[in-house]
Amino acid sequence: MGFKPREEVADQGIDKRLEELSLEQIEQTINKVLAAEMNARMTAYLQTCVHCGLCANACHYCLSHNMDPKYAPVGKVKDTVWEMVKKKGKVSKEFMRTAARIAYTECNTCRRCSMYCPFGIDIAYFIITTRRICHLLGIVPQYEQDTVNSHSATFNQMWVQQDEWIDTLQWQEEDAQGKIPLARIPLEKEGADIMYSVIAPEPKILAQLLANASIIMTAAGMSWTMPATDGWDNSNMAMFSGDFETSARLERLHHETAIRLKVKRIVMGECGHAYRGAVYDGPKSNSWMFPPIPVVHAIDFYHEIITQGKIKIAKKFDKPITVQDPCNVIRNAGLGMKLREIMKATCSDFRDVEPRLGHNYCCAAGGGVINCGPPWKKDRVKGNKIKAEQLRATGAEYVVTPCHNCHSGIEDILKEFNVHMHVIFFSELLVDHCMEIPEHLKAKD
Amino acid sequence: MYEFVSGPLFWISLAICVAGSIYKLVTVIKLARKDKVVLPYMRLSYSMKSIGRWITPFGTRSMRLTPIFTAVAFSFHICLLFTPLLLLAHHELLGIRLIHLPDPVAHVMTAIVIIGGLFFLQRRLLVPYVNNVTYFSDILLLLLVMAPFVTGFLAYYQWFDYRTVITLHMIFGCVMLVIIPFTRIVHMLFFALTRAYMACEFGYVRNSQDW
Repeated sequence: MGFKPREEVADQGIDKRLEELSLEQIEQTINKVLAAEMNARMTAYLQTCVHCGLCANACHYCLSHNMDPKYAPVGKVKDTVWEMVKKKGKVSKEFMRTAARIAYTECNTCRRCSMYCPFGIDIAYFIITTRRICHLLGIVPQYEQDTVNSHSATFNQMWVQQDEWIDTLQWQEEDAQGKIPLARIPLEKEGADIMYSVIAPEPKILAQLLANASIIMTAAGMSWTMPATDGWDNSNMAMFSGDFETSARLERLHHETAIRLKVKRIVMGECGHAYRGAVYDGPKSNSWMFPPIPVVHAIDFYHEIITQGKIKIAKKFDKPITVQDPCNVIRNAGLGMKLREIMKATCSDFRDVEPRLGHNYCCAAGGGVINCGPPWKKDRVKGNKIKAEQLRATGAEYVVTPCHNCHSGIEDILKEFNVHMHVIFFSELLVDHCMEIPEHLKAKD
Repeated sequence: MYEFVSGPLFWISLAICVAGSIYKLVTVIKLARKDKVVLPYMRLSYSMKSIGRWITPFGTRSMRLTPIFTAVAFSFHICLLFTPLLLLAHHELLGIRLIHLPDPVAHVMTAIVIIGGLFFLQRRLLVPYVNNVTYFSDILLLLLVMAPFVTGFLAYYQWFDYRTVITLHMIFGCVMLVIIPFTRIVHMLFFALTRAYMACEFGYVRNSQDW
């Protein structure tokens, strides 16, 4: 039908290690993981799937590639787990190279396909199982593995050292004081109501977001703190690489840091996967049924302080603006209507996307895909034309992305498909354009 | 042959179908009890809500995106299930008196199953993303599901040799019963389970909806 085969992409993390592996190692690892994963879900899913292909309508990769069968979710399962089960692990190295590529770079585990499958089969679970196998074999994209190594050694994603972390917070506290002289970033304040946690790219490359947090928290009069120790980073790439041991360690430290600080809840910055890690995957992998400390995503928190009047809107943003529904906090946390309420509270020309809420298209960056780095960027961007077209159709000049992965992913696709739109976080909208600084906090002459 | 097929073979097949189904359900539920992230998160209300949506024609966005498929799939499944259960000839053979379908209705319903089957077949052959995941077993399964209906149709009109056709019809019917728990037709039994799990994962755990 004229669908092109995949272009060759070189990735040292996958290619080099594959050379060293023996076919026996591959077979043993596959069978070990599949035997452990042959639980009720996997068994029922394998027997129930009737190969109907309805999930193809859900996937942004498939939709962006003219319904190319190899990008249909069921096609990806066929080229990974089905084949492994059928051949009882006796697969070739070439097969594993493609399986790793599919699992790490062609699926964001956004779970949209489960909403289009009549049986609700968790296709992302098959993909994650494939990643687990690849992780155990050591065939992980090099850039992704580097972030996991950083997590493992430093408990944060970007090799940020403790002194750098504290220094960055103090620097951003000073920046925040340019707007509100009394703004603080309280470190290690035991018994505060809120522990605020962020992902490591914030101190590393987007430090102004920390100043924004300080301005918003101070203006809203919140009792809050940030940890000076490890445990401040709520991101978790190990969850996506298949390194579940490291993943569990990270989530445990994040929650235990909040417990140590005796806070009532964790509020996290605008990041989707971090929420997934802290609320779903993390607790389960640490034998907690639910998070031991309530976790509140930024959208929910902004909604709370705006609707309760703790933050006043001085002026609504009047340029045409739209929004991205990040999978991990909308489809997988139901914050979609709250996001719209805060958009309408702060913007006079809000233009919604279609499809929206849980049915929104993924950004193609999350689920660890953007972390696979430059070798895979072209594939990632080409695989999300549908998102660029969806945003273009709104006619907006700005798009709010309350998630770091969405932010970076959408910036890339807008550039590739020539959609002229600024990508901003909600905190930037609030601090730079909308919020009122309470009179008693303003600088006195 | 006819006597064996219309009597003992049917009862043996039915017994295999029922026992096999129970075995399949018990096995998967037992497995689910071992899996710590399944049963503790299951809630009846979320399950029922989602299953309700998914058994209502056009109740989900997925179904609305593919209206022809949805219309065919619903008609196919309804006719597939109720035609054999409510057919007067079947009741007479078993010596039971139940509410039954008038002949012309049963007739149309049989035709719907056959037409639906042909629709699925062309889809399997012509739509690339379906064809890519179509194995010989998928085609065979579809033909086996259609076979009792095709032969039933032929028997009603007494085309070809009636005795041969009706015997074949009963054999295919028995084959159909036997394969329910052991092939992908098991989706008939597992639908409620997989859907319920996803419904709770979306609804109870993630405060969202899976339709």
